[in-house]
Amino acid sequence: MSAERGLALQDVHAGYGAGPVLEGVSIAIPPGTLVGVIGPNGSGKSTLLKAILGLAPEVSGTITLDGRPIGTQRDRVAYVPQREAVDWSFPVTAEQVVMMGRFPRIGWLRMPGVDDRAAVRDALDRVAMADLRHRQIGGLSGGQQQRVFLARALVQEASVLLLDEPMTGVDQTTEQLVVNLLRELRDTGTTILHATHDLESAADVSDLLCFVNGRVVAFGPPAETFTPPILHATFGGELLIVHEGDHTHVHGGGHHHGPDDGPRAG
Amino acid sequence: MSWLTDPLAYDFVLRALAEVVVMGATCGAIGAYVIVRRLAFIGDAISHAVFPGIVLAYLAGASILGGALVAGLLTAFGIALVARGGRIREDAAIGIFFAAAFALGVVLISTRRTFQGDLTGFLIGNLQGVAASDIAVSAAVGAVILLALAALHKELVLVSFDRTLAAALGYPVFRLDALLLALLTVTIVVSIQAVGIILVLAMLVTPAATARLLVDRFVPMLALGAVIGSLVGVVGYYVSFYAETASGGTIVLLATAVFLVAFVASPTHGLLGRRLRRHPPHAGAAPAHDRPEGHEHGR
Repeated sequence: MSAERGLALQDVHAGYGAGPVLEGVSIAIPPGTLVGVIGPNGSGKSTLLKAILGLAPEVSGTITLDGRPIGTQRDRVAYVPQREAVDWSFPVTAEQVVMMGRFPRIGWLRMPGVDDRAAVRDALDRVAMADLRHRQIGGLSGGQQQRVFLARALVQEASVLLLDEPMTGVDQTTEQLVVNLLRELRDTGTTILHATHDLESAADVSDLLCFVNGRVVAFGPPAETFTPPILHATFGGELLIVHEGDHTHVHGGGHHHGPDDGPRAG
Repeated sequence: MSWLTDPLAYDFVLRALAEVVVMGATCGAIGAYVIVRRLAFIGDAISHAVFPGIVLAYLAGASILGGALVAGLLTAFGIALVARGGRIREDAAIGIFFAAAFALGVVLISTRRTFQGDLTGFLIGNLQGVAASDIAVSAAVGAVILLALAALHKELVLVSFDRTLAAALGYPVFRLDALLLALLTVTIVVSIQAVGIILVLAMLVTPAATARLLVDRFVPMLALGAVIGSLVGVVGYYVSFYAETASGGTIVLLATAVFLVAFVASPTHGLLGRRLRRHPPHAGAAPAHDRPEGHEHGR
């Protein structure tokens, strides 16, 4: 079991001191899989990502990547933070943020080399941000900022990519670009977990869904798990589920509150 | 031009100018970190906390610089330890240590009235009394600090900008933070002689904040902060020389004036500049989708 390729969590409990936020998580994700992590606020989505990153203060259980403890594989895990966690006034340019992803490769006391610069340029091209690479990050739109952080994850050339609410506050162009890029990475063998509020787009783009609410409520392909009983078990009364032919539309309680934020049809 | 060159005939003026150039550059450079890491309050605490160290060293006849350094480092790490538990937030921990240390200094000084004259020098600084050996110490310390900032530039910026990524990549986040605080403490201690406990904070914050208003990149901000720090030091000293005012206070007031000019007139971030570019064209994305959508979820 532990020699299997991919990301495996075995009986993982994680929290911040005041009791575990997440209990008894046991899931195995093969390489080249795009996983949507969904659940209500405070359900432990971010905690799950933090546990994999090795950043949850209290973690028990085992997390392995290709059979090896995740703690020894840190340079193989990349991460795109939640937008609110970033100091946008920090005096760095888009290009400099992307370069940070190369720092572990560059090493202490060394300057970025030719191949590091090439990797950064290439990543900025892939997220269509090459033209704005000298812009201070606070001068970019929400979507552009998200693409910069995605480019930073790209230059890490990681095996596991974790994204916390990547579609929050981004424009349609960016959303499409991110989805395409995630699929591309998935097809080249990257394991991707993205935490999201947007249930329908998660169901559309993901190979597997992980429903979280203090524990893993369900884990499997959208066709098997994106069902009213599982949605109810995860979200309780917070959801309005509408059946329309063979389509199930889901409206999160309070999740859609802007005029430009209507339900996304598949 | 004799107004410019005449004062240079005095040795004490030359020494004072050398000291303000070195001190201004060091403070202005590390000040870039004080700004982006929001360390102004902790810097304030450290600068006050060195006071009892100075008094104790004075009473014991030990090195005043050494006493200040020990007291400053103890305070910095005391704050970090108390705040690390999470129960007490950092700002409260800073407030506690800062007041306690300063009060200790005041109590100690009140036991020996005769020292007051000498020790007030440390409160307001004494540029006129700078010795050649002081300048050598300041220059050596400044060089070490700039060297450390240059050598660990990538890592310090990473830890400052994105602690989560730094920790996830396995960087020793706590040690890098501690190093930054230690460098800050050393800078404060060697600067106190020139501008005094109360004013050292201004030299750490004001030039770097001014630089931030003028440039949008970290290294230019650090370099410009160092240049501004040195320049206001030299010009401020000349002003105080002719106006016969306290040199430390004059330098800080000049730095503040330069900051205010930048605040109003900076082409990129000044009030005037922003008015001119009220509606900047944003390439790429539709602004209607820009606002973060996640804030109010799941009330």
